[in-house]
Amino acid sequence: MLEYFTLILVCQLIGEFVVTTVDAPFPGPVVGMVLLFVFLLIKGSIPEQLGRVSAALLNNLSLLFVPAGVGVMVHFETLGTDIWPLSVALVVSTLITVAVTALVMVFLNKRIPNHGCREDRGDV
Amino acid sequence: MQEFRDIWVYLSTSPLLHLTLTLAAFVMASIVYRKAQMNPLLNPVLLSVIAIVVILNGTGTSYDTYFEGAQFVHFLLGPATVALAIPLFRQFDRVKKSALAILASVVSGSVTAATSAILIAWYLGATPVAIISLAPKSVTAPVAMGVSEQLGGLPSLTAVLVILTGITGAMLGPLVLNLLGVRDWSARGMAIGTASHGIGTARALQVNELAGAFSGLAMGLNALATAILLPLLWKLFF
Repeated sequence: MLEYFTLILVCQLIGEFVVTTVDAPFPGPVVGMVLLFVFLLIKGSIPEQLGRVSAALLNNLSLLFVPAGVGVMVHFETLGTDIWPLSVALVVSTLITVAVTALVMVFLNKRIPNHGCREDRGDV
Repeated sequence: MQEFRDIWVYLSTSPLLHLTLTLAAFVMASIVYRKAQMNPLLNPVLLSVIAIVVILNGTGTSYDTYFEGAQFVHFLLGPATVALAIPLFRQFDRVKKSALAILASVVSGSVTAATSAILIAWYLGATPVAIISLAPKSVTAPVAMGVSEQLGGLPSLTAVLVILTGITGAMLGPLVLNLLGVRDWSARGMAIGTASHGIGTARALQVNELAGAFSGLAMGLNALATAILLPLLWKLFF
């Protein structure tokens, strides 16, 4: 288990290194995700222990946003006099984005045959 | 009493107290969330943040002191992002089949997110700096802050707006998708990940692995799309 947590950290570290070196508009961990993905492609399957490490991290992904979330409440005053226009724009724009992205995906998935998507009741 | 005070003074400066507070608040919020059949409106991030802020305000604790304990949790965001490669690999066959649809929906989502935010905030009379800071709100924080700075916004304001967008998307996104009758897990995941980055992805992963894989992918792709497209869009507007 420890070796795979180390592998994840190594991917992230290389990611951070690449991003700072080439000054890419990308966070290091996302590059790390691509690296780990390439590792899995080469290996062809997910080692059981790696599956466990990732489950431990991803099953509680929400928890990891809590410290940053607390920071938001503390820095709420940075919103200043713009608080109302920003709040309304933020909520409405986020909902429109969800709708547009989903509809484009559904439309194109129907257009492009041979994907065999399961139509089940979702609540994500 | 003096003894209790001494213990409190000691504990309140050690990272253990606020690390425990973070976990305890989240565990309780998760119990509420699961009792309510994972109702998106009872988002566990929002519930635990509210509880912690109330406690910090009540005890007069600064965010810096709190963060000394909470940083251990915060640190794991990086490794967790790397670990998103695993659900993505598990669902890779499905992803390959939808490659074109994925690209098209991320690009339209990225453009919609920025354009609608800019237009609504501008119409409601927000200041230009606030409008720029809001524009990259749907993208994961480090990228959003970079784009905001590049265009003349306030990265610290952007960070706040990014988190609020994540919580909004995770809470209200599922309701929008239900209203539209979108049942395909891949489309639901794409929408949540594009609009509300990691916080949305966390929600998607809890509900369905296919949705989680698409959401994580959408989050990564939208970071790239927005970093490239937003500066171009901005030039078009102003």
